[in-house]
Amino acid sequence: MARADLYQHPDYYLMDELLTDEHKMIRDTARAWVKKEVSPIVEDACQKAEFPKQWIKGLAEIGAFGPYIPEEYGGPGLDQISYGLIMQELERGDSGLRSTASVQSSLVMFPIYTFGTEAQKKKYLPKLAKGELMGCFGLTEPDHGSNPSGMLSNIKDKGDHYILNGAKMWISNSPFADIAVVWAKDETSAIRGMIVERGMKGFTTPETHGKWSLRASATGELVFDNVIVPKENVFPDIKGLKGPLSCLNSARYGIAWGAIGAAMDCYDSALRYSKERVQFGKPIAGFQLTQKKLAEMITEITKAQMLTWRLGVLKNEHRATPAQISMAKRNNVHIALTIAREARQIHGGMGITGEYPIMRHMMNLESVITYEGTHDIHLLITGMDVTGIAAFE
Amino acid sequence: MKFLVCISNVPDTTTKISFTDGKALNSTGVQFIINPYDEMALTRALEIKEAAGGTVTVINVGAANTEPTLRKALAIGADDAIRVNTEPTDAYLVAHQIAEVAKKNNYDVILTGRESIDYNSGQVATMLAEMLNLPCITVATKLEIASNEATLEREIDGGKEVLTSSLPFVASAQKGMAEPRIPNMRGIMAARTKPLQVLEATGDEKLTSSVAYELPPAKQAVKLISKDNVADLVNLLHTEAKVI
Ligand SMILES: Cc1cc2nc3c(=O)[nH]c(=O)nc-3n(C[C@H](O)[C@H](O)[C@H](O)COP(=O)(O)OP(=O)(O)OC[C@H]3O[C@@H](n4cnc5c(N)ncnc54)[C@H](O)[C@@H]3O)c2cc1C
Repeated sequence: MARADLYQHPDYYLMDELLTDEHKMIRDTARAWVKKEVSPIVEDACQKAEFPKQWIKGLAEIGAFGPYIPEEYGGPGLDQISYGLIMQELERGDSGLRSTASVQSSLVMFPIYTFGTEAQKKKYLPKLAKGELMGCFGLTEPDHGSNPSGMLSNIKDKGDHYILNGAKMWISNSPFADIAVVWAKDETSAIRGMIVERGMKGFTTPETHGKWSLRASATGELVFDNVIVPKENVFPDIKGLKGPLSCLNSARYGIAWGAIGAAMDCYDSALRYSKERVQFGKPIAGFQLTQKKLAEMITEITKAQMLTWRLGVLKNEHRATPAQISMAKRNNVHIALTIAREARQIHGGMGITGEYPIMRHMMNLESVITYEGTHDIHLLITGMDVTGIAAFE
Repeated sequence: MKFLVCISNVPDTTTKISFTDGKALNSTGVQFIINPYDEMALTRALEIKEAAGGTVTVINVGAANTEPTLRKALAIGADDAIRVNTEPTDAYLVAHQIAEVAKKNNYDVILTGRESIDYNSGQVATMLAEMLNLPCITVATKLEIASNEATLEREIDGGKEVLTSSLPFVASAQKGMAEPRIPNMRGIMAARTKPLQVLEATGDEKLTSSVAYELPPAKQAVKLISKDNVADLVNLLHTEAKVI
């Protein structure tokens, strides 16, 4: 059983003063919802490896599905900092919860909004915003993870429709998704995007079991066996890796914020625990080695908060480059994982139990550091950006 | 049914309180929220309005920095907001300012919290009722309104009291009145365009002034006495703690 959620967010450099009143209201709303609906059951959901479906309605109500999608398509029409803050609060609750919202927002709604036809936008976006439809995103394949351009999934033009074949792996939300945004190569080897609906003949979504990470988020495969995809379901103009990569860009931006949420939760718990836990006659917070851990944690959190806020401003101005987003995703997930590991030590034996959120965050972050571009791949992106030479091929 | 709900802007319950020069709250890094008892009153007003129709106006006596709190009340569902532009330095001043607004608008129900969680004096509801010459029910845990009569409940020593009141009336809300709601995104978006009217204060009369604030003394270290040593315990309780 998890303890009462006593979370208080660290704001060492008074970053709140850089936010608007509406930003704060949106953040506090997401935080209040997480405290009320997520914290009491997340531990149990993870133990059972179940995504609690009742979260979907709440996520829609707090604006977590496509925060920046304009109102005419059913979204809340918020800015990028609001989007980031919502992701931060969700991941403060659980990375799996945030993953579900990230996928729906950045990997399903974003491509439909950006690359879809007017008819596709009208058909899917309002329902996705309300959570009446849930989506997933199929890019990764069993043999093509960091290198998606080698993908084997393919479509063949049959006049008024395409025939889709192939298999996708590690797909968040796949087991319960109503639609999938799928990337596959056409006969000219150009990567194309399309919307595949549950119920189409030859389309199945087997669940991936036995994960030690993101247990409250459902993960599975997408298997396409001669699936007939109507032409009206294909994004008309976007061709090449640019399509999926621009989605990942948006999702990675959200992860950069989200990871701070997990880090802040670990720090908050470690700080409270260390002041209460007495050994050798004094609180363990009074020992230098504990203070070193706590001081480094709050320093890294503060740096990450500033990095991300600035990135949000650039993103609002449409000036954030993919390489800048890579830097923030890599840095913030890494510091979050380091903080989770240190916080786990501060909690001693208690740190491995479900009474505290630490071990759960730590295991979750092992996925977050791998998906949406691994830690090393993002480093190579920064390397390429500053040298002009690609080192991953 | 026209509701007026009084909203106080208070530091979040988890705030670590400190003072600048012992004279004013140090508000650096402090998050302000709707006073929790006021939020219960607001929620109950919204529930009744949603079932029976009407409007819910929220009012705050305070400087411009309290507007985010009023916006939050609008996001939760209030129809419009009024801010009376003056520092809320004493309960009489606050009650007087609200009474002046209430006199000009025929509210059927005026609700406050049982007290604000910052200064806890719990005087505004009764003063307001007196100024408006209205019935006043304090610390109410339940409110129903049917055919121009309100039924309220209060917890009293060893039991509960059920009472009725004619309309209009003033009541202050206690825990139990309603379960506060989390605003949703639609509410937050709607709050952007809902009216928030700023009125200048009517006079500045007040009856009391705060002179100084002090924090309670820091917790002392605990002295442990073994259970076989009752004599020492009695002695210490007598000579040091001076309680026996
Ligand atoms: C829980 C979870 C959910 C996921 N959800 C989705 C989803 O919804 N949709 C989707 O499409 N995908 C999803 N993924 C897939 C994820 O994006 C991939 O796992 C990730 O891109 C890495 O691919 P891989 O697992 O094949 O590892 P690999 O690419 O095989 O990498 C293995 C290791 O080799 C390193 N490496 C690879 N190439 C290089 C190089 N050139 N230079 C140096 N090092 C290199 C990597 O950094 C890594 O350390 C998810 C993954 C997980 C774990």
